[in-house]
Amino acid sequence: MEHTNIGDSLIQVKNIKKQFGEKFALNDVNCDINKGEVVFIIGPSGSGKSTFLRCLNLLETPTSGQIFFEGNELTKKGVNVNALRQKMGMVFQHFNLFPHKTILQNLTLAPMKLQGVSKADAEKEAMRLLKRVGLEDRADAYPAQLSGGQKQRIAIVRSLCMKPEVMLFDEPTSALDPEMVGEVLGVMRELAEDNMTMVVVTHEMGFAREVASRVIFMDQGQIVEEDTPEELFAHPKSERLQNFLSKVL
Amino acid sequence: MEKIIDQFTQNFIEKDRWMYIVDGLKVTLTITFLAVLIGICIGFIVGMIRSTHDKTGKCKILNVLCKIYLTVFRGTPVVIQLLIIYFVVFGSVRIDKVFVAVIAFGINSGAYVAEIIRSGIMSIDEGQFEAGRSLGFNYMQTMRYIIMPQAIKNVLPALGNEFIVLLKETSVAGYIALADLTKAGDIIRSQTYSAFFPLFGVAAIYLVLVMIFTFLVGRLERRLNNGAH
Repeated sequence: MEHTNIGDSLIQVKNIKKQFGEKFALNDVNCDINKGEVVFIIGPSGSGKSTFLRCLNLLETPTSGQIFFEGNELTKKGVNVNALRQKMGMVFQHFNLFPHKTILQNLTLAPMKLQGVSKADAEKEAMRLLKRVGLEDRADAYPAQLSGGQKQRIAIVRSLCMKPEVMLFDEPTSALDPEMVGEVLGVMRELAEDNMTMVVVTHEMGFAREVASRVIFMDQGQIVEEDTPEELFAHPKSERLQNFLSKVL
Repeated sequence: MEKIIDQFTQNFIEKDRWMYIVDGLKVTLTITFLAVLIGICIGFIVGMIRSTHDKTGKCKILNVLCKIYLTVFRGTPVVIQLLIIYFVVFGSVRIDKVFVAVIAFGINSGAYVAEIIRSGIMSIDEGQFEAGRSLGFNYMQTMRYIIMPQAIKNVLPALGNEFIVLLKETSVAGYIALADLTKAGDIIRSQTYSAFFPLFGVAAIYLVLVMIFTFLVGRLERRLNNGAH
């Protein structure tokens, strides 16, 4: 894993709004994410945190505003979003592994087709990463044969195979049985320790407190408060955050 | 018993009447095979356009054209379409009847295949699409590597059924005086004045063809399914 210096800006979000019909899912959100940062986004459901995350790689197109990735404006017309998405890994709540392909094929498809990596090299890298998450013996299995926790670890590896600059996690443990949450969080913790830039939407407050370098609290489509986890969880300033924390902690 | 053998000989053996059946079978299989190819091509393209429109809202004009095509060809009897294509569209030119039948049945089948393909694409979870896009695949690549292989597998039974229907539907090709399998039985009947053997013989051949086809589709399904579920 490449070691990067914390501080260089990787993603800049400027005044984005996202409207679904009458309702603003995001209402004027500004945010900077620096290299090596582990940013956790928390908030009640419907607060716009998932929408915000999905805007970062344009799975949702913002109604207005700008998003910059490595200085390139993603939201400009005519930008090759596909090329930039290759550098932004994404992990979904429901894993979204490709059920018609084996684990190894799931991992090697994108590097081979998009980055022109040879089959041998792609498989070698995939096996190396599989070993890291302890699933090298499942390389020839199909997703349906794996447990939820295993699927999610594979989904993380699938993104890592593209050697992304940033990893986006959209409630990665929300669909898991409780006893499987730990193994997925373990992989994420390792990634964070390796200085991977991460943006994580989650309800795992304990994990956020432990791993995050910064926590953002969102409500009603806006960033209400952001700070280090120590500060944010110990001394919530706004009433909305106090209210939220009193319910979840 | 002797009477039955007699009838059989008269209907199929005498004057090499079985040759009508063989020639008719060739025509039926040719029409079906080529029409299936055309149907798949049209169905794929139309199904893709329709589902792209459903998913992304793009291709508005093409989608309208496709909808008109579907409405017209699913809304009118295939016999009428066949007659119109033979007597109106190609009315003023001398043209091979098999070609006309292939075009007519192909275009007709394409309309049904299109909706089958579209339903297959729409049945795939949106998350599969997002996973593909988030890895950096463009729309077409996501379709090709991720959505289509799953969609085709899901709709294979429906596609197999459509081809069985098509095979049997070609039996109306006699309307433009094409000597297909059905017509062959009819010709024999008109020569021997006995209906039982020619008609049951033809029916048996259709049945066997359909059974062979069902068997092949079943095997393909099992092969595509291996391990994945």
